[in-house]
Amino acid sequence: MSTQNLAPETLSHDALSKRDGNLVGRQFKNNLMLGLCIVAAGIGLLSLFLVLYFLASQGLRYMSWNLFTKLPDAVEPKLGGVANSLLGTLLLLLGACLFALPIGILGGIYQLEAKGPFANLVRFMTDVLNGIPSIVIGIFVYAVWVYPVSQSNPGKGFSVFAGAFALGIMMIPLIMRTTEEMLRLVPGTMREASLGLGATRWRTMWSVVLPIAKGGVITGIMLSLARVAGETAPLLFTILGSEFYPSMQPVNFLGMSFSIPVFNEPVDALPLRVYKYASGPDTDQNNQAWATALILISLVLIFSVAARFATKSNIEEK
Amino acid sequence: MAQDTKIDMSRSVSANRNGVEAPPARVKVKAEGVDFYYGGFHALKNVNIRIGERQVTALIGPSGCGKSTFLRTINRMNDLIDGTRLTGALTLDGRDIYDKSVDVVHLRKRVGMVFQKPNPFPMSIYDNICYGPRIHGTRGRAELDELVEASLKGAALWEEVKDKLKKSAFALSGGQQQRLCIARAIAVKPDVILMDEPCSALDPNSTFRVEELISELKEQYTIIIVTHNMQQAARVSDYTGFWLLGELKEFAPTEQLFSQPAVKETEDFVRGRFG
Repeated sequence: MSTQNLAPETLSHDALSKRDGNLVGRQFKNNLMLGLCIVAAGIGLLSLFLVLYFLASQGLRYMSWNLFTKLPDAVEPKLGGVANSLLGTLLLLLGACLFALPIGILGGIYQLEAKGPFANLVRFMTDVLNGIPSIVIGIFVYAVWVYPVSQSNPGKGFSVFAGAFALGIMMIPLIMRTTEEMLRLVPGTMREASLGLGATRWRTMWSVVLPIAKGGVITGIMLSLARVAGETAPLLFTILGSEFYPSMQPVNFLGMSFSIPVFNEPVDALPLRVYKYASGPDTDQNNQAWATALILISLVLIFSVAARFATKSNIEEK
Repeated sequence: MAQDTKIDMSRSVSANRNGVEAPPARVKVKAEGVDFYYGGFHALKNVNIRIGERQVTALIGPSGCGKSTFLRTINRMNDLIDGTRLTGALTLDGRDIYDKSVDVVHLRKRVGMVFQKPNPFPMSIYDNICYGPRIHGTRGRAELDELVEASLKGAALWEEVKDKLKKSAFALSGGQQQRLCIARAIAVKPDVILMDEPCSALDPNSTFRVEELISELKEQYTIIIVTHNMQQAARVSDYTGFWLLGELKEFAPTEQLFSQPAVKETEDFVRGRFG
């Protein structure tokens, strides 16, 4: 084979500046696609800003301190607030965490370490669970918890327990997935070093790998909290809603007595309150719905920002 | 305990003491007819070797010849990989390492390992060293303090870090980190220390200091070191094994292997005719 074909073409200066027909076409396509990508991103961003702007402009108008401190007022909605809804949402999220964190984190560790068909099955099932509509989860919890409990303990069926259970079920796949992925990011050399010193696999996970992945795991938790904080459908069937604060019960802890909210009674929550106020006939309530929605979305934003911070501080440490 | 930190002179062996042929050391690690497989791949073929106690044994050979694989069979780090299999007898102090009754965790306490790239934990220097002892039951503050000091002195790092034990291990230089890893390994008081190319990621100065350290350490520990650097093997080791394509071609006192190799491939390798 002659090497003529492979010899470099000597290009004169003129030739470089001459317009290569093919090149123009390629440049155009490149710029066109770049432009389309920017437009698409812009549309996405615009949608977010529109929602936030709308919410902020309507919500801020009706915002007041009362919203955070007062209970709903049936007679003068303008003077009432959604303090019980806010408290209810926080209780639900706390309960959901207590339920979902151990299962999600240990499950994530299992997904990372285990091999074989059962592990693959668990992964598949988790993905399926993630995709189940939230209203279906709400109905499920109604059927297995709310209804049976209310048969034997009337009035105790709709409760924080039930609501937290439903939200927890939704959090589990998210936490499992993010925990597994964050643990996977920990360099294998750390694991080797620990095992080489005679540590067991659990000890290695607990003392070395998890602490390194801590920031990422917390991010995953924050993001799943952000997601379930605004879920309304599961709450429809599990907490009933209420116009009052949850009852308190005294509890003795380390010799001091506290009052903590009861977990097995109906409670209110922000998304539920928005639904109720927005769909009612009273204009004052409708206005309050805007403000409540703003509070809700602020809560979600706080979680999202906290997630960013957790990631950032993790990276800075390294 | 405290007496472990003193050097036990009664059983120290040096092959070059006064130019007289030293009495043969006790066999610490022995392989007889060992074959090792990564799944279907036959990585180690019929390995027979006797590694002497309190000596430095170097394993040299071209890339991919099985020396690191063999090293990792001694503390069963290869167990972490799926589908690995070992046949034959690999013993430590006469006891089969791969016997069903062997507790791998305990084995790895007795056989420590230093890796190619320094891998301290993202903790303080103090906590890095205490990690091993804490796992194996040592709790008391005073005891741990003593252990940390002894280990760091044993790794020739004490003077440099004694004022900053609580600082992060990552604040140290590469050479210091590797010496920290060595200190961490000796804190659990192993019998054997495996070193997998410990200096390949270090600058020449740090390499020199680690090699000095190895010469000191051999008075208490049996050291097996895999190295790509033939000159290093010649500098630090008492015995050297030459590996090629999964087989141990030759195993002899270092001076002899380098000056009068018995096997042709060894001679070719040592003279630099291939690598």
